[in-house]
Amino acid sequence: MYHIISIRDFERNDLDYLLDRAGEFDTGKYQPGMLDNKLVALLFFEPSTRTRMSFATAMARLGGKSISVDSVEASSIVKGETLADTIRVISSYVDAIVLRHPKEGAARLASEFSSVPVINAGDGAGQHPSQTLLDLYTIRQSMPVDGINVGLLGDLRYGRTAHSLALALSLYGVTLHTIAPKGLEMPASITLELRERGMEVIEHPNVEEAVKELDVLYVTRIQRERFPDSASYYNVASSYRITTDLLDGVNDHLMILHPLPRAGEIDPAVDCTPYARYFEQARNGVPVRMALLHEVMK
Amino acid sequence: MTRKDPSGGLIISPIKNGTVIDHITAGEALNVLRFLGITGSTRECLSIATNVESKRMGTKDIVKVENRELCTEEVDRIALLAPHAKINIIRDYKVVEKMGVEIPEILRGVVRCPNPGCITNTNEPVASAFEVLDKGLHCLYCDWLIKDNIANHII
Repeated sequence: MYHIISIRDFERNDLDYLLDRAGEFDTGKYQPGMLDNKLVALLFFEPSTRTRMSFATAMARLGGKSISVDSVEASSIVKGETLADTIRVISSYVDAIVLRHPKEGAARLASEFSSVPVINAGDGAGQHPSQTLLDLYTIRQSMPVDGINVGLLGDLRYGRTAHSLALALSLYGVTLHTIAPKGLEMPASITLELRERGMEVIEHPNVEEAVKELDVLYVTRIQRERFPDSASYYNVASSYRITTDLLDGVNDHLMILHPLPRAGEIDPAVDCTPYARYFEQARNGVPVRMALLHEVMK
Repeated sequence: MTRKDPSGGLIISPIKNGTVIDHITAGEALNVLRFLGITGSTRECLSIATNVESKRMGTKDIVKVENRELCTEEVDRIALLAPHAKINIIRDYKVVEKMGVEIPEILRGVVRCPNPGCITNTNEPVASAFEVLDKGLHCLYCDWLIKDNIANHII
């Protein structure tokens, strides 16, 4: 059975294969009824807009159907049911499960109790492999991923998309530039792992220092709840804000990506520049998730 | 091995049946017992000697567990704390089997994940699981890495 749990489980060939498949779905090279009669359960125990809707859209485009649980409050988890029991039961109803859960390792646990494939749609501060695939897919639309300079900006401590992406990029000879507020730096264990994988990781004190040498700037949300008060949040958040002024003199081909939702990290004026690619990135969630759903249920 | 005291007796007397764990790193005997799940509430008859003189190690700890033969999987757990430990299985006062310890690839249900957000720290019916790497213990669920003070995380 093919589960999609962590980017650590993938070799470069696996990623390239899935990205190629996503490209085929993106350009219409598929039969619309490929997942006719298939049913997927979308179990989202944390809020989500893009991930949940793009999985539902992907399933519908392939001719399949989806059922969903949209919150803990609407499930038997509030009655004390374990995730293990929930998964045992739901997996007897459907052909695949897409799971978002606040606890790290939840998807791995689910895969141990499920009789059908499990796709991790984000587990706490852990992994979010389908987001990483669509990030890579978006980069690959514009440039080869090999050997480029990628900047990760924002909450690199708790941001699961940043961790997953960094691990994936380490398979492509990318140089990683990290820019994070004090206290929200990339965990040392992940930086160590990246370096052990042969990745060059350069830490920068501010975005101005790094931005001109980047091919991709990946911005993540700085979460207000990580700060003791609003004043300290605004103080930090404003110093990590991407504005059009900041983009003077950057590479012409610079791509600015963001997993969205954003909360002020990117000035809306940047949306009109050729560097802004985050809405295109969000759109790419559909073909990438079509590839994943088809792969686990074919 | 076990040293005689000035009165002519032995610090730890021989056991008739059971397991002797010798050459434990000095000071780790109690942690070894915790790793084996042997606590004050279990029924085993135990003898423990700590900081015993050793020609090879300088000082060492020794643990004797009566009427229980530890299996390979159990003893391998202690390799993390006592990589030089020797296990002697005793039957009728004779050593019938002698084995070293090997660091296991996976450690299940022995160490608690320090990450409060890890799914293994909830009411889910799973034991913690760590991959044993050179750089530490890697949680197979949340990817947390325990680099040192492993004994502090024993369940």
